[in-house]
Parts: sequence; C-alpha cells; structure tokens
Amino acid sequence: MKYSSQAVAKLYFIAAIGLFVGQILFGLVMGLQYVWGDFLFPAIPFNVARMVHTNLLIVWLLFGFMGAAYYLVPEEAERELHSPFLARLLFWVFLVAGALTILGYLLVPYARLAELTMNDLLPTMGREFLEQPTITKIGIVIVALGFLYNIGMTILAGRKTVVNLVLLTGLVGLAVFFLFSFYVPDNLVLDKYFWWWVVHLWVEGVWELILGSILAFVLIKITGVDREVIEKWLYVIIAMTLITGIIGTGHHFYWIGTPEYWQWWGSVFSAMEPIPFFMMTVFAFNMVNRRRREHPNRAAMLWALGTAVMAFLGAGVWGFLHTLAPVNYYTHGTQVTAAHGHMAFYGAYVMIVLTVISYAMPIMRGQEASDRRSQVMEMWSFWLMTVSMVFITLFLTGAGVLQVWMQRYTDVPQSFMVVQQKIEIFYWLRELAGLVFLVGLVLYVISFFVKGGEPARAADTADTA
Amino acid sequence: MSEVFTKSMARNIYYGGSMFFFLLFLALTFDTMGEVPKRDNHEALTAQVALGKKVWEENDCIGCHTLLGEGAYFAPELGNVYKRFGNSTDAIVAFIKGRPANGIPGRRSMPQFNLSDEELEAVAAFLKYASEINSANWPPNIQG
Ligand code: HEM
Ligand code: HEM
Ligand SMILES: [Fe+2]
Repeated sequence: MKYSSQAVAKLYFIAAIGLFVGQILFGLVMGLQYVWGDFLFPAIPFNVARMVHTNLLIVWLLFGFMGAAYYLVPEEAERELHSPFLARLLFWVFLVAGALTILGYLLVPYARLAELTMNDLLPTMGREFLEQPTITKIGIVIVALGFLYNIGMTILAGRKTVVNLVLLTGLVGLAVFFLFSFYVPDNLVLDKYFWWWVVHLWVEGVWELILGSILAFVLIKITGVDREVIEKWLYVIIAMTLITGIIGTGHHFYWIGTPEYWQWWGSVFSAMEPIPFFMMTVFAFNMVNRRRREHPNRAAMLWALGTAVMAFLGAGVWGFLHTLAPVNYYTHGTQVTAAHGHMAFYGAYVMIVLTVISYAMPIMRGQEASDRRSQVMEMWSFWLMTVSMVFITLFLTGAGVLQVWMQRYTDVPQSFMVVQQKIEIFYWLRELAGLVFLVGLVLYVISFFVKGGEPARAADTADTA
Repeated sequence: MSEVFTKSMARNIYYGGSMFFFLLFLALTFDTMGEVPKRDNHEALTAQVALGKKVWEENDCIGCHTLLGEGAYFAPELGNVYKRFGNSTDAIVAFIKGRPANGIPGRRSMPQFNLSDEELEAVAAFLKYASEINSANWPPNIQG
C-alpha cells in the first residue's frame, strides 16, 4: 500500500462481504417461496424478502464501489486521501442507516414503515429497487455528497489519471441519476419513464464507467502493461457504452404508454450495447497476454478475467436475447428477465467488486498476495459461485421460455398461476444451484482466514495465461 | 490498438459521442413528453386514482406483481387485471379484501393488507386507470 489512508477501504470491503451473505440468504428464502408458497408466511412475505435481497445487493455494491474508490483514488492521484476521518464517519452513517432500513423492512409491515417514516411528506416509497423510506434516500444523498467531496478533493489536488477521472465521472453520474428517485408523479407513464433514468442509466450507463475504471486499475497493477495502452482502451469502451446505452434506455419504453417510435430507437441502440462488453473481454485477455510481470495474486487475475467474460454473457448475450421489441413483446416481465438480471448483476458488478477486493485486501493486510492455500480456496469459491450462477441463469431461462410458450405465445393461453405450477421443476433446480452458490460464498469468506501453504511466489503464476 | 489511433482520438470520441447521444436522448424525451398525453389516459387521473397509486406503493404491491410488465414475477400481471376480472372494480375489491390472514396452505399467498373501504376502492380505480393506458397492445393476451 503506497498511502496509509487507502486502508479505509478495508472497512468498506468487510461490510460489503457481510451484506452480500445476507443478500444471498434472502435470495434462498425467496427461491423456496417460489416452490413452497407459504414458507415463512405471513412473517416474511415474498415482497419483503425481495426488497431485502435487492436492496442489500445495491447497498453492498455501493460499499464495494466506495471502497474501491478509497483504495485506488489516492494511489492514482499520488497523494493521501483528502479526509480519512470523513471516510470513516460516512462509513458508519451509511452502515447504520442501511441496517435500520433493512430492520424496518423485516420488523414492521411496509405500510406501517411508510407511516413511521412520514412518507406522506414526500412520497417516494414502494417502487422496485427504490423501496427505501424517503429519509433513507436523503441519507444516501448526503453520504454520496460527502464521499464525492472527499475523493473529488483528492483527485483535484493530485495527479489526474484517466482512471481517476472516469471513475469520478461514473460516481458523480450515479449520484445525479439517483436524484430521479425523488420524482414520483401520479401519472404512471411518467413515473415509469423516469424510474428508468435511475435503473437503466445506472447499470447500462454510469456504473459501466465505474466498472471500466476499476478493471483498468487492476489490470494496470497485475499485468504491468503500459498505462497509455490501457487508458486508450478504457476511453473506447466507455465511449461505446454511452453511445449505445443512453438511447438504449428505449428498450424499456416499448409497452409503458410511451410513443411507439421507441420500439425502433430502443431496439437498434440496445442491440449495440453488447459491443462495449465484448470489447471489455477482448481488452482483459489482451492485457493479460501482453503482461510484463508475473503478479503473485493469481486469484485477482482470475476474477478480472471472469468479470470480463461473465459481464459479456450476462449483460451482452442475455441482454440481447430479449432486447428487440418483437421478442420483448413476449418475454417482458417473465423469468427471462430475472435470468438476465441475475447473470448481468453478478457478472458485471458483483465480480468487479470481488476483483478489486481480491487485489487490494491482501495488500491492506500486509502481503502482496494471499498465501497459496488461501488463494486456492478463493479460486474454488470463484468457480462454485460463477458456475452455479450460470446454472441459475439457465434454469430461469428454461422457466421463462416455457412461461412464454404456455401463457403468451399461444392461442390457448393458460393463467399465470397454472403455468407457474407446471414449471415448478425449474424453480427447484434454481434453488439447488442457489445452495451451491451459498457454499461457494461461505468458502469465499473462509478464504480470508486461511493461512499457510507455500507463500505465493511470482513464478507460480506462469500457467495462468 | 495501432499507433494511428491515438489516446486523444479515443478521448474525443468519448466526449463527443456521449455528449451527442445524451442531447439526442433529451430531445427524444422532450418529444415524448409531448406525445404521452395522447396515450397515458390522464383524463382518468382523479384524486381517487392518485390515492390508489399511493396505496399501491405503500403496500409494495410491485414486490410480487408486475404492472405493465415491470416489477416482480411471483404473482400475476396487474396492468390488465381490471379487464381480466370482467371490467369490474368490485371484483378487484372483493379479491383483495378476501385474502386470508394466514395465507393458503402450501400455496403462494397474498397478504391481508387490512385496507379501508376508501383505500380498496382507490386501488381498484388505480388499476382500472392503468388498464386503459395505451401500452401498444401489450400484454399479448388477457392472461398477462
Ligand atoms: C451490467 C449490465 C446490466 C445489468 C446489471 C442489467 C440488469 C437488468 C435488470 C435487473 C433488469 C430487470 C429490471 C426490472 O426489474 O424491471 C433488466 C431488464 C432488461 N435488460 Fe438489462 N442489465 C444490464 C445490461 C443489459 C444490456 C446490455 C441489455 C441489452 C443488450 C439489457 C437488456 C435488458 C432488457 C431488454 C430488459 C427488460 C426486460 C423486460 O422487458 O422485462 N440489459 N436488466
Ligand atoms: C444464489 C441464490 C439466489 C437466489 C435463490 C435468488 C433468488 C431471487 C428471486 C426469487 C428473486 C425474485 C424474482 C421475482 O421477482 O419473482 C430475485 C431477484 C433478484 N435477484 Fe436474486 N437470487 C440469488 C442470488 C442473487 C445474486 C448473486 C444476485 C446479484 C448478482 C441477485 C440479484 C437479483 C436481482 C437484481 C433481482 C431483481 C431481478 C429483476 O427485477 O429482474 N440475486 N432473486
Ligand atoms: Fe436497460
């Protein structure tokens, strides 16, 4: 570690991993509710489990992004973080606010939570992914402002690398688009239209800038390839992201009461959204093949390559599958959507956060890379989680295709609940794959505490390419 | 990438391209705002419907159901439930009101929300309003 203030990232990473475990447990609860309808009913209804699952996901990814920024911004800027104290303070504010919100979901009925948090004053609750009480949303904005101030000051006062500037742009964009979560018009069409300015412009816009810059940073470090080369790639990738992804928002405007020209704009531009993800894959493998050094952290390299591949599969391939309007007409809001949502979030954002943790955590704990045994276990967890996520995606896709077949693409449509029962087997298989995912995650956590084996040496990496 | 394609060229494509397409997106949004009133059934947007939307949100209905295809996939689409229930808000009210507090053994169950009569009528009115938005002929059939 070059600068002692980078160490604040450790707190953020630990919290991220802890919340990740919680997210998966609630995923498994819901997976069971899919086949055992009244499991935990009425104590934890499905919608409550779902908001816990998705909100924990978003919050831990935000912890991961912030941790990544606190780690890499000082190193890139070649100076200490502007205020490590502010970073620690905001960590606790965010953690406590997050924990209280989750407890609120679990302990009182949602309508009561709305009442307790005075949702009437500025109603923003009850929209997918944005279920947080208004007061929590305001807290998120305050934390985001403090965070942006802190890393912004660090960047302005130091060396301005492309990695830092792109990361900062992505993070500012994240905060700006979140502001649309406060706009909840009575008009359902407008409500939906601008809801996507948060959700789509996050995951297919500004978050990709964050993803790209973190990936670029880790690749610079572990491959030793000339920064000029990597920065050029980064610019091209994010250029393609925004050129295709902004108008690509139109793939959500087909059936919500917006003009039908969006079927053209959305289809054409979103069909090109896989391009930047494909370039990311080519980029990562290229840089690793041209590496100038053998970094002893083999696990980090595996995560970096895995991110590039899985993001392309989940976002690029599974996104393309249902993005053209004539296809989306049948798949819209089915298990196909859930399949894509899972692999895309995992492949792009879960994996990039685990990549930077894998790279930075050993360094913050005083080693260039973890001991060999620890790395082997971490790589096992990589394969278990990644392969089981592939299976989750395949099972949900199977469920979705049959759902479309029986309920939508037919002259004799059957009712939703009847069809759900007929495709139950896929939900059992999904739950099984989810349990394997959990095993992988437990191994991942354990890997941090495993010591010994030969200390990782540079020569060990010779066969990773 | 080759030497002819320099980093500053890449940067210019990034700045120019994203700026251009963001402005185009704003222009399309501006046009959409003009077109939406022809399709969004705003004539039906009464105070009761607005209350119904709030009831919808404050009970997180979207956490199980889809509405015009967006939301969760655990329970049926509700954008067209008014039509599926024979164009009857009464049927919607009766259904929501009739959910057993302890669920239906072994089956996916909808919670009993204990809504007041005013809230029940309002949420049904909201669903009626939603079903009359012009959604380009989606969903493909009455089953949603
Ligand atoms: C890492 C990037 C991405 C992530 C994390 C992501 C995630 C998601 C999620 C969670 C949803 C469901 C939203 C909801 O609940 O309504 C969704 C919907 C969708 N995504 Fe993505 N996505 C990504 C990239 C892409 C790309 C590149 C494409 C196109 C090529 C795409 C196409 C779609 C489409 C068409 C839908 C709507 C599905 C429907 O009609 O039900 N996504 N995405
Ligand atoms: C491993 C076990 C997991 C299980 C059993 C599981 C299960 C579920 C279930 C049942 C839903 C609700 C689907 C519905 O609305 O009907 C859901 C939603 C979601 N989960 Fe998971 N999940 C798991 C892991 C994950 C992971 C690792 C991620 C992130 C990478 C994730 C991200 C999401 C997202 C983004 C949604 C919302 C999807 C959408 O709106 O389309 N889940 N999950
Ligand atoms: Fe999208």
